[in-house]
Amino acid sequence: MTAGFGFRNVPRIACMVVIVAGFLSLGSLLPDSNPLSVSPFIVTLVGKYLAYAMLAVAVDLVWGFAGILTLGHAAFFALGGYAMGMYLTREIGTRGVYGNPDLPDFMVFLSWKSLPWYWWGSNHILMAIVLVFLVPGILAGLFGWLAFRSRVSGVYLSIVTQALTYALMLAFFQNGLGFGGNNGLTDFKDILGFDLHSQTTRATMLVFSALLLAGTMIGARWLVSGRFGRLLIAVRDAESRTRFLGYRPEQVKLLVWVVSAMIAALGGALYVIQVGIINPGEFAPANSIESVIWVAVGGRGTICGAVIGAVLVNFGKTLLTAWLPEAWLYGLGLLFILTTLFLPEGLMGLGHQVMRRRAEVTPEVTQTEGDAES
Amino acid sequence: MNASPLLELRNVSVSFDGFRAINDLSLSLQPGEMRAIIGPNGAGKTTMMDIITGKTRPDTGIVRFEGRDLTRLDEPAIARLGIGRKFQKPTVFEALSVRDNLLLSLKGLRSPFSLLFAKKTEVETFRIRALLETTRLAARAEEQAGSLSHGQKQWLEIGMLLGQEPQLLLVDEPVAGMTDAETMATADLLRDINRTRSVVVVEHDMEFVRALNVSVTVLHEGSVLAEGPLDEVSADPRVIDVYLGR
Repeated sequence: MTAGFGFRNVPRIACMVVIVAGFLSLGSLLPDSNPLSVSPFIVTLVGKYLAYAMLAVAVDLVWGFAGILTLGHAAFFALGGYAMGMYLTREIGTRGVYGNPDLPDFMVFLSWKSLPWYWWGSNHILMAIVLVFLVPGILAGLFGWLAFRSRVSGVYLSIVTQALTYALMLAFFQNGLGFGGNNGLTDFKDILGFDLHSQTTRATMLVFSALLLAGTMIGARWLVSGRFGRLLIAVRDAESRTRFLGYRPEQVKLLVWVVSAMIAALGGALYVIQVGIINPGEFAPANSIESVIWVAVGGRGTICGAVIGAVLVNFGKTLLTAWLPEAWLYGLGLLFILTTLFLPEGLMGLGHQVMRRRAEVTPEVTQTEGDAES
Repeated sequence: MNASPLLELRNVSVSFDGFRAINDLSLSLQPGEMRAIIGPNGAGKTTMMDIITGKTRPDTGIVRFEGRDLTRLDEPAIARLGIGRKFQKPTVFEALSVRDNLLLSLKGLRSPFSLLFAKKTEVETFRIRALLETTRLAARAEEQAGSLSHGQKQWLEIGMLLGQEPQLLLVDEPVAGMTDAETMATADLLRDINRTRSVVVVEHDMEFVRALNVSVTVLHEGSVLAEGPLDEVSADPRVIDVYLGR
C-alpha cells in the first residue's frame, strides 16, 4: 500500500520532533555564556516551523491520501489563528494603548461602543479552543458538503478553494468585520497569565507545539491506516468504483476534509501564540500554494514528508530571505519544478529508494523477499 | 411472462444531446436467470447498464428491481439494494493489495464512521479466503492489485462483485483481452455464479456467449432487436444484417 519509507517512520519522526524541540527549549533557558545556549530567536523560528508543519500534515491528509488538491488550506490555518488571536487580544486588557478594559485598541480607534456579539466569551481560553476548531470545522463542513455532493473535483475544486481563501482575505481586510482590518490582531501580552515574551513561556510553547504536532502525526497515521484509510485511497484512485460498491465517496471526503481543516486551524492557533501576530495576509492564496509545495518537496501521502518538507523549505526561506529577499519566490518556483521533474515522490521517495537499494545488497533480505513472493 | 421479474425495464428512453442512446427499450429478467446482451457498438449496451445502476437517469420509462423504482436512487443506494456492476475496463483499486480490494467490497459496513474503528472479523477473513480461491488469486493476495495481469484484474473485479453478495450482477465485457483458456474459465465462473445469482453479461465474443449457453438479447439502436436462444437469434436475418454480418 502506501506503506512507504516515510509512512512507516511516522512514530520515529514524531519522537524526533519532540526531542529536538525539547533540547532547543532547554538550551534557550541556559545563560548566554553556556556553549549550548540557544537564542530566543531560534525558539520562535522553530515554533513557527512546527506550526507550518501542522498545516502541511493537514494538506497531506487531503491531497496525499484523498487526492483533493487544496489550494486554500491556509484559510483554515488563518481562521484558527484569528480565533486564538481574539483570546490573546482580550488578555491585553487595560494594557493597550487606550487602556480600555473591554474593547481592543482597534475598536476604540474605530469608536465602537461595545464588543460585537461574535467576540462574546473570547476572554476565556476554553472558548478560544472551541472556536479554533469549530469555526474552520463548520466552514470546511459547509464547503465540503456543497463541493463533494455536487461532485466538484480536480482542478475545479482547487480553483474554488483558492477563491475561498481569497474571499476571506478580502473580508478580513475590512475594518468593519471587527478583526482589526489590515493590521490584524497583535501586540499580545500574555497567555493564561504567563508573559508571552518570557523565555520560559516561549520554551514551554515550543515543547507544547512539538507534542501536539507529534500527536497529530500519529493520529493522522491512524486515520489513514485502518479500513477507513483503505477506502480513502480507493476513493482517491477510483472514486466511481467505490460508489458502485455502495460507498458514498462524498462522505468519506467530507470527513477527512473537516478533520484536515481542524488540524490546519490548530497549526494556526499555535502560530499566533508563538509569532505574536495574525493579519489578513495569512489568507493570501500564495500561502496555501506554498503549503502544497512543502508537501510535494517532502513527499505526499507519507505524513513525515509533509513535516520534513515544511521545516526544510521554511528553513530555506528564512536563509534566502535574509540573504537575497528578491530571490525567494524564484527559488521556491525552481524548487517546485525540480521536485516535480526529478523527485516526484519527494524526499521520502528518495529515502525509500535508498533503503531499497541498501536492502538489495544485503543477501539475507533478498532471500526473505524472494520467499515471500513464491 | 412469469410472475414478478427480478429486473424490469419498460419503455425506457434516454437521449444525449438529441441522440437517442436508448429508444423505448423493454427488457425483463427472471430471478435466477442469466442473460447475454449482444449488439454492435453504440447499440446502447453500456448506457443500459448505466441506467440500471443509477449513473444515468432515463428521460422516460420504468426501471424496477424487485418491484422497487430504481430511477429515483443513486449509485450507492442501488448497489446496496443488491446490484453489482463490473465495468468494461477492469476497475480495481490499484494501490491496494488484492486482499484489501476484496475487504472493501465485502457486504456490510458502508458509512465512513463505522469504518474508522472497523476490525476485520473472522467471518470477513473467511469470506476473503473463499473469494481468493474462487478468483484463483490466493497466491497474489498481498500484492498490489495494480501489478496483476489484465485477466487477473477482470477476475479480481468479479471477486469484488461477489463480495458485495448482490442478487444481480451486471458484467460488462468480462473477457475482453483474455486468452482463450481464460475466456472459457470465465464462462465457467459465471455459470457457477449463476447458480445462486442472476447475471446480465454484455459481450462481443461469440464463442464466449455460446459457452454461457443462455438466452440472448440483441440490442440495436437503443432497443431490442431480437431475443431468444443464440442459435435462433443468430439465424435471424435482421440480426445478421446489423450485427453478425453476412
